[in-house]
Amino acid sequence: MGYIAMIGLEMHCEASETNTKVFSGARNSYSVTPNENIRPVDMAFPGILPVVNKEAVRMALMASMVLNCKQPKYMYFERKNYYYPDLPKGYQLTQETKPIPVGIYGYVDYECNGDTKRVRVNNLHLEEDAASSDHLYDTTIIDYNRAGVPLLELVTEPDFRSADEAVAFLEHMRTVYQYLGISEADSKKGQIRCDVNISIMDESLDPEEPSNWGTKVEVKNVNSFGGVRDCINYEIKRQTKAKEEGTYDTDVIQQTRRWDEESGTTIGMRSKVDAIDYKYFVEPNIPKFKLTDEWLDEIRKSIPELAYDRKNRYINEYGLSEYDSNILVKEKKISDFFEDTVKLGTDPKEACNWVNGMILSYLNYNMITIDEFYMTPDMLHDLIKLIDDKTISSKQGKEVFAKCLEEKKEPVSIVKDEGMMQITDESSIEAIVDEVLAEQAEAIKTYDPANPKALDYFIGQVMKKTRGKANPSTAYKMMKEKLDNMTK
Amino acid sequence: MKYMNKSIEELHELLKNGEVTSKELIEESLELSHEVQDKYNAFVTILDDAKEVPITDNLLSGIPCGIKDNYSTKGILSTGSSNTLKDYVPFFDATAYTKLKDAGAIMVNKTVMDEFGMGGTGTTGHTGVVLNPWDKTRMCAGSSAGSACAVAAGVYPYATGSDTGDSIRKPAAYCGIVGYKPTYGMISRYGLFPFASSLDHLGVLTRSVKDAAIVVDNMKGIDKNDMTSWDSSNINLTKALTGDVKGKKLCFVREITDLDNYKNASPELKAHLENYYKVLEKCKELGMEVDEVSVDRTLLNASASVYVVISCAEATSNMSNLTGIIFGPRSEGFDNWIDMVKDYRTKGFSSLIKRRFVIGSYVLQSQNQERYFRNAQRVRRLLVDAWKDLFKKYDAVILPVGIGPAKHLDADKDMLSNDLETVTLDEHLQIGNYGGFPSITIPDGFVDGMPVGVNITGNCYDDENVLNIAYALEGAMEYKNQIAKEAE
Repeated sequence: MGYIAMIGLEMHCEASETNTKVFSGARNSYSVTPNENIRPVDMAFPGILPVVNKEAVRMALMASMVLNCKQPKYMYFERKNYYYPDLPKGYQLTQETKPIPVGIYGYVDYECNGDTKRVRVNNLHLEEDAASSDHLYDTTIIDYNRAGVPLLELVTEPDFRSADEAVAFLEHMRTVYQYLGISEADSKKGQIRCDVNISIMDESLDPEEPSNWGTKVEVKNVNSFGGVRDCINYEIKRQTKAKEEGTYDTDVIQQTRRWDEESGTTIGMRSKVDAIDYKYFVEPNIPKFKLTDEWLDEIRKSIPELAYDRKNRYINEYGLSEYDSNILVKEKKISDFFEDTVKLGTDPKEACNWVNGMILSYLNYNMITIDEFYMTPDMLHDLIKLIDDKTISSKQGKEVFAKCLEEKKEPVSIVKDEGMMQITDESSIEAIVDEVLAEQAEAIKTYDPANPKALDYFIGQVMKKTRGKANPSTAYKMMKEKLDNMTK
Repeated sequence: MKYMNKSIEELHELLKNGEVTSKELIEESLELSHEVQDKYNAFVTILDDAKEVPITDNLLSGIPCGIKDNYSTKGILSTGSSNTLKDYVPFFDATAYTKLKDAGAIMVNKTVMDEFGMGGTGTTGHTGVVLNPWDKTRMCAGSSAGSACAVAAGVYPYATGSDTGDSIRKPAAYCGIVGYKPTYGMISRYGLFPFASSLDHLGVLTRSVKDAAIVVDNMKGIDKNDMTSWDSSNINLTKALTGDVKGKKLCFVREITDLDNYKNASPELKAHLENYYKVLEKCKELGMEVDEVSVDRTLLNASASVYVVISCAEATSNMSNLTGIIFGPRSEGFDNWIDMVKDYRTKGFSSLIKRRFVIGSYVLQSQNQERYFRNAQRVRRLLVDAWKDLFKKYDAVILPVGIGPAKHLDADKDMLSNDLETVTLDEHLQIGNYGGFPSITIPDGFVDGMPVGVNITGNCYDDENVLNIAYALEGAMEYKNQIAKEAE
């Protein structure tokens, strides 16, 4: 018998692009120096009060709109009360579904293996992140830089049927957050974290009927997309095996599990009966505030072009292939780099070839981001222009590219300093061609116009004299014409 | 005592004319502080190194004062009268204290309170019981017990307080002085150790209405660190004290004030109420209309329970930051953080507080929240609406404070339990906290040689009117600027 998997995600994404934290004036920036970005509020010293960061609310509302959610009339925050050393106040400021959070009941269309899929969004809420802990051999050290960083939690309905779908959705959302200017959405910096819930049911049954659903298992703290994929596949396998071996009722219980990256397995943490009662109540220090229609309209109008729209523009306006367009828009900053280059007047196809070819492979090979990339759109524009106007050959173009990054030098200066300018002036080339022909009387005798390779020797002589700088096609054309005339 | 029994204006005049220096005032106030400490145990800290400041046009400049120990004071021990913070020295000032300092106020001591403001007796602070300066066998009431004691004993003209249920206005009555809490949010709560955020107010204890107005004029103001604070720059309490109250309308609630409600009335209660009715006559003599009104008795009787539920719920969450991990004496010798936190909280909190945490936790649990916490919030709204209805027709509600003079120290220590018949009379000041109403207690006579008080409460933002009424009534009686008899 076959089974259907029902998978839902809770995707946490840090809003890394606000200046300050969500309820505190401390800087919101990723830092490797511990406890650098903290104010008394972040460590819950007695007497502190939260102050809502309007920018974080604006971003959250924008995301809510893009997720096709309904926005509330009033904003509230709630306290989620629990004790943990990474939570200095002993409660987290978050939002629950009553009163409604920044977004409720929406949907997202995303692409998975060429098909368009839709997932329903239960809600989106704005909350504060906890501090980060490092568990060492016999101690735990806590870094409060992350405490109070704005966090958007997106809760989907269990509409995914496979790990592929779940991961495709996460990738889609990552670009959405990047394009909205809300987050770098970098999982290496821990900016994206997921909880995954998974159940399976017999495929012969109707998935619309809740009583047919299997037992839901929640896996907490899956911190990479690869982890999400592996964890879903592991759970489906574990639950299917239990069904087949008849141990489903004992092995698959409603519980919270933890993804263990090292072993590639999930490990039980607590069952439903041990669930924590978070004793939610509305934060009294933040007066409810009205979201005016004017503000919401303003936010709606400011939603920038998203990846999907950009991709279509690249195909329709620039005539790029769907394949190339997809690669370009996947990371907003790459796409921005490309667009900036095109804006300077570079042909989109040429710019695309460089970005998707040389540049992406350089970034991947060196494992760096485009932010750390020395070359700017201006430099790429110059480089392409140098090749286009035949100042340098395309082969030289690649050398200049490498030198530019290696020596941190602009392409124009490299070409100038290294004397790489091609000789394109026809009369100069003609003088050299004539010089070669005068010297090579013997060789001319054996020249056979029918043999295309026969010309190579003469061109070689031209290049030797110009140290490779003569424009090859001009030299070739001119030499052939003259030789053909001479041997006619 | 040469100067410290004088009013703020008198002291300012003397300082301005050079008849006394700030240094002399500080010395006198410190000397009195040590005496009062020996007799009544009113202080957590006496600041023997308090320094004089230049005298400016600000009435508070150069004049000593006391600060309640739940105000965060930079570099100065701030315990909240709790063992959990017995060595806590904050690194930031409460906004209200910063404002007093900017005005030139000189803090000479930090006053004892009931632990974190939870308690109405002045007997639960970690430094011991505060005794009433009129009669050492009686309590001061609380929680601002040390502040009330010191002002009544003439240590300085004013001390700050905080008021969550009646913590300024009850001890003021028991000590024969003035206690004023302005409209919620008029004084920033930033840096006040929270008890119940939606009920917490800052305020002041003085020996005259004018002094209260002067001090609060200097404490109030919108604060970017407190979202519930509001701009009161158009309010000048001191200037509003014209004494002209002709045509003002007061009301009193029959279900609270009528002696017929109290079949088992003690002689003290009888004397207290008889005295109160005489005060109402004085109001009429001043040209005010005084009407008897009726409020649903069932609703009134629910008030004290509403207070227990809401204040305990908020308190248990507010004090979850007290784990001893970031600040406070960390418990050592445990191999896990849960035991460490448990040990710290078990040893640090008094049993009264722990009892309230249990109540608070219970009423917030998901299975109880609707029945207790949410219902309490609904009844709170009904009580506020009932008072707002009165304010449609009346400038203020005038009611007696408590069921008589200060209680003897052998009475029940936890004010949460009370005689059902008199509970509303004893606890009605809480309604001022439910609605955030401006509320002032002034002394209105003596019962058994002990002072008693009367309270005037008006509508939100109507502080000028409320204070002016109190000012006029104070002028018609002879208890202004009185110093406790035993202390004298």
